[in-house]
Amino acid sequence: MAECGGSGSGSSGDSLDKSITLPPDEIFRNLENAKRFAIDIGGSLTKLAYYSTVQHKVARVRSFDHSDKDTEQDHEPPYEISVQEEVTARLHFVKFENTYIEACLDFIKDHLVNTETKVIQATGGGAYKFKDLIEEKLQLKVDKEDVMTCLIKGCNFVLKNIPHEAFVYQKGSNPEFRFQTNHPSVFPYLLVSIGSGVSIVKVETEDRFEWIGGSSIGGGTFWGLGALLTKTKKFDELLHLASRGQHTNVDMLVQDIYGGAHQTLGLSGNLIASSFGKSATADTGTGLSPALALGGAWRPPGRLPSVLLLPPRVLQGGHGQEPAAHDQQRHRAARLPVRQAPLLGPGVLRRLFHPRPPRHHAHHHLQHQLLLQDPNQYSWEENYAGSSGLMSSSPELCPTQRPRSGTFDLLEMDRLERPLVNLPLLLDPSSYVPDTVDLTDDALARKYWLTCFEEALDGVVKRAVASQPGSVDAAERAEKFRQKYWNKLQTLRHQPFAYGTLTVRSLLDTREHCLNEFNFPDPYSKVKQKDNGVALKCFQRVIHSLDALGWEERQLALVKGLLAGNVFDWGAKAVSDVLESDPQFGFEEAKRKLQERPWLVDSYSKWLQRLKGPPHKCALIFADNSGVDVILGVFPFVRELLSRGTEVILACNSGPALNDVTYSESLIVAERIAAMDPVIRSALREGRLLLMQTGSSSPCLDLSRLDKGLAVLVRERGADLVVIEGMGRAVHTNYHAALRCESLKLAVIKNSWLAERLGGRLFSVIFKYEVPAE
Amino acid sequence: MGAGRLGAPMERHWGVAATSASSVREPAPGGPDGRRREPLRRRANSASAPAVGASASAEGVRRDRPGSYSGATSASRQRVESLRKKRPLFPWFGLDIGGTLVKLVYFEPKDITAEEEEEEVESLKSIRKYLTSNVAYGSTGIRDVHLELKDLTLCGRKGNLHFIRFPTHDMPAFIQMGRDKNFSSLHTVFCATGGGAYKFEQDFLTIGDLQLCKLDELDCLIKGILYIDSVGFNGRSQCYYFENPADSEKCQKLPFDLRNPYPLLLVNIGSGVSILAVYSKDNYKRVTGTSLGGGTFFGLCCLLTGCTTFEEALEMASRGDSTKVDKLVRDIYGGDYERFGLPGWAVASSFGNMMSKEKREAVSKEDLARATLITITNNIGSIARMCALNENINQVVFVGNFLRINTIAMRLLAYALDYWSKGQLKALFSEHEGYFGAVGALLELLKIP
Repeated sequence: MAECGGSGSGSSGDSLDKSITLPPDEIFRNLENAKRFAIDIGGSLTKLAYYSTVQHKVARVRSFDHSDKDTEQDHEPPYEISVQEEVTARLHFVKFENTYIEACLDFIKDHLVNTETKVIQATGGGAYKFKDLIEEKLQLKVDKEDVMTCLIKGCNFVLKNIPHEAFVYQKGSNPEFRFQTNHPSVFPYLLVSIGSGVSIVKVETEDRFEWIGGSSIGGGTFWGLGALLTKTKKFDELLHLASRGQHTNVDMLVQDIYGGAHQTLGLSGNLIASSFGKSATADTGTGLSPALALGGAWRPPGRLPSVLLLPPRVLQGGHGQEPAAHDQQRHRAARLPVRQAPLLGPGVLRRLFHPRPPRHHAHHHLQHQLLLQDPNQYSWEENYAGSSGLMSSSPELCPTQRPRSGTFDLLEMDRLERPLVNLPLLLDPSSYVPDTVDLTDDALARKYWLTCFEEALDGVVKRAVASQPGSVDAAERAEKFRQKYWNKLQTLRHQPFAYGTLTVRSLLDTREHCLNEFNFPDPYSKVKQKDNGVALKCFQRVIHSLDALGWEERQLALVKGLLAGNVFDWGAKAVSDVLESDPQFGFEEAKRKLQERPWLVDSYSKWLQRLKGPPHKCALIFADNSGVDVILGVFPFVRELLSRGTEVILACNSGPALNDVTYSESLIVAERIAAMDPVIRSALREGRLLLMQTGSSSPCLDLSRLDKGLAVLVRERGADLVVIEGMGRAVHTNYHAALRCESLKLAVIKNSWLAERLGGRLFSVIFKYEVPAE
Repeated sequence: MGAGRLGAPMERHWGVAATSASSVREPAPGGPDGRRREPLRRRANSASAPAVGASASAEGVRRDRPGSYSGATSASRQRVESLRKKRPLFPWFGLDIGGTLVKLVYFEPKDITAEEEEEEVESLKSIRKYLTSNVAYGSTGIRDVHLELKDLTLCGRKGNLHFIRFPTHDMPAFIQMGRDKNFSSLHTVFCATGGGAYKFEQDFLTIGDLQLCKLDELDCLIKGILYIDSVGFNGRSQCYYFENPADSEKCQKLPFDLRNPYPLLLVNIGSGVSILAVYSKDNYKRVTGTSLGGGTFFGLCCLLTGCTTFEEALEMASRGDSTKVDKLVRDIYGGDYERFGLPGWAVASSFGNMMSKEKREAVSKEDLARATLITITNNIGSIARMCALNENINQVVFVGNFLRINTIAMRLLAYALDYWSKGQLKALFSEHEGYFGAVGALLELLKIP
């Protein structure tokens, strides 16, 4: 078996590069807590995965002990905040060239302290070749796994947990990468794995898959032929060379055969009629090298569509094998998880090809190896802070010009506490797309939002430092955060698709991830605490004035209260400026800022009409901000619903994001309100008002990834009204979301650019009441 | 991205010829009445109802293909007479201008009466004499003498059909010859197919004063193959297959009776490859194709070995060992990859060993030529197998000039198809492998009044 992994870089003539200095902060993060390892060694690239734990600070809120009533002075906060250490699970994936394997293994050995594992799961052709090296270096027993099984399970895992993993590549369109939104059910799909050779696998369920074909013409052919035909011997350099070549100097095109007349045939003259067909007559001087590499580089895309024209029906009847077999060593050749491939026509299938790796393509093997022992009982989330984007190692960049660390591709995924599922009330889960605007598509909006986030960065940094007055290194960490997020924004300016479809949500989430990364778990905790305290004090006054109104005026006042409360949003720059400069800015002022009716989107009359009818059975409300918003806006509204006989599920974020109210804060707030208000009190006691967590830590809302407990409850209680509040949840996301029940989406547009785009002005009001068609 | 148009799908690449001309090959040993396998179990093609409109690419109303009128009795004399009036003036050519090779078929009438000879214009006579008395034309034109079909009756005329080829890059010289020999004075119609019929149309007109009648190459291909099969090969079978293709001792080339041709998967391997599913003489569709064809084999061989002719490339390939170049399943798994039923000898990655410097240094040019041949052939076989499976067709006919004097490729195709289909598919070949398009063009001419 010594020659099995013969494709490794070692045998391509490069000695192992031991001199590399690894930047540990960036590459093998969190290694000291690594619990389990898996490795996939392909012909040219090694993919290492480890399951580790991360310790970060979390801000916890806790009610004061109320036994001593005297502590409730006016200046006292309503609850206390403590920063605690929390341990969460994280998957780390690192991809690097085989050249560095020894250096990397040494590095791992030196930093490995806590692991209790005795084995390392290994797959890929190189697992044989480097077995001894790994065992010697790491003192772990190499346990080999079947490579295809690993690939498929890993692919399933990624497709399920990273919504924007698969994409369609359309040459010439803008953007060229169009991400598909993956939904929980990804099956069936066709997996075309292009390693040294090519395998085509039909994946029908988690455990059922079938090898239906393949080809021996794959990445190894490109590399092998490229090395023979050019002076370039390394894979990456061949790709780079190919990107500069002109294949038409080598390939015989339809127009070479048909002259200019191909149009009359309905053919594109650019189609390749015969690959390398011109080489027999062409001058084969050295000048042709790049072109030759290109000819080679393009063999996979040039050749595969021929095969791929077939799958829809091969899938029905196909079995058996190919004269051309395959191996599964992974290269950076094109590969793509294709959702629902059998449903796509050949034309679509062909467009799915692109010459470079999709996101995370090389990591798929590994997920499964780790998961062999860690079944799919959790949901996972990509950590944008710790992951390198799609094109981090673009072949256009000459390898020698790249920074060393650029040859390492990273992916990190955080384990979420509980599984995430679809909201059962989605009208059509398979077509649900949370985000309203695709910024990869909309260049104008993209430019605006990237600038907007850049401009807001100073404020966020300042806020982060201020949130940890006792910390000596807060400023330093905040600076690192600034750098990290700034770099992400710059990456996104140049490669909008680097982390999947670019949206306002992904920009917000990335910022949260980066803040967490530098131990700023909740920069707004103190602000929220203060706001909640202030608002609680106003609660009874607000309730009194509401109760004094007649029924019809009260309904409008409640809605206005909801909207005015929503003005208190530290996530909106226009507002945070106001709040920063005028801390006394109050609920009444906010109401005055609101647009007068008719609102920008105004279905209030329809809503009022509805309220005159029978009460809803159960309302699901997604709350937005802490303070005035939730206490003076949402709770009075909840109270009115409860009084009508409607049960209420109030869903808040599981983790902090901006000044959004978290689940644990909502518990305290509710408790405090219950102490003042009999309606809330009895509803809580009788289980007619339920506080739940969404499973999310985002300022936006993805209704296809909600906490399972919430989803179960929604079904049990037969929720027939969904209220979504705030710009992040009702405008940036879910504005077009179609539900099976009545819904209310309301928000105040606190961004003049967006307001203008929607045809309104700053503080325009969205009040969208929708009833599904019968 | 400097990729240019590389993203273009390879949906339709017209297969064209792949060879360069050289020595005339020996007449093929037509296996006499060797053991003949029963035709494979055939699915009732009527039952599978080939898609209507599948032949949408074929333009116009299809006419009956011209039969052989040999043995016309006096009863049919009238019919022959009427044909005589409709048949075109000599010379009768069919031209197929591919990406690499031009294929020319020429009908030489042998029943010329003295009276007729008297009337025959000088230029016509000179063409006939020039083509039939030579076996090579210029430095690159070749007449495949061994393929000549003797005593053929076409449109009531008896004569021999000649098969001539020359490289496409000599097309200007050919057109010039037409001008020098004053073809245009003959008022003949030149029926031409292949991409070159379009590419060179203007040159024919301006230089040679000749109007080309352009024909669809796939239409011509099908017509040609059906016709040639029906007339046989001078009393022998046109179609053949290999028995024991993997065993060089026991391997036998045996005639195959293509009496029931439909449905048929037709794989035309020229510079590129086209795969057609043929359900009847005028119902066919192009299933797919690949740009990895004969042109790729020859082009790559030129680059990798410095060879200059197709024959040389094949000769080198015959002496090489592809397993030094290709990475096999057993190179990766140490043996068979049982989980997916892949035998250890199967190629996992073509040229996969060439990633390694040591192995690059250890291979010969012959090994590289062999690997190129195996790669291209396996790939075509693999696509053909999937097409056959998909189209529910179990006889596969491979034609095109890639197969000329290319026994290695033919035997590999035969073996691979049989092995991977577990005996369900049969690879068939035809003696006039590269000339069917040109024959089809000639047949079209004969229907032109």
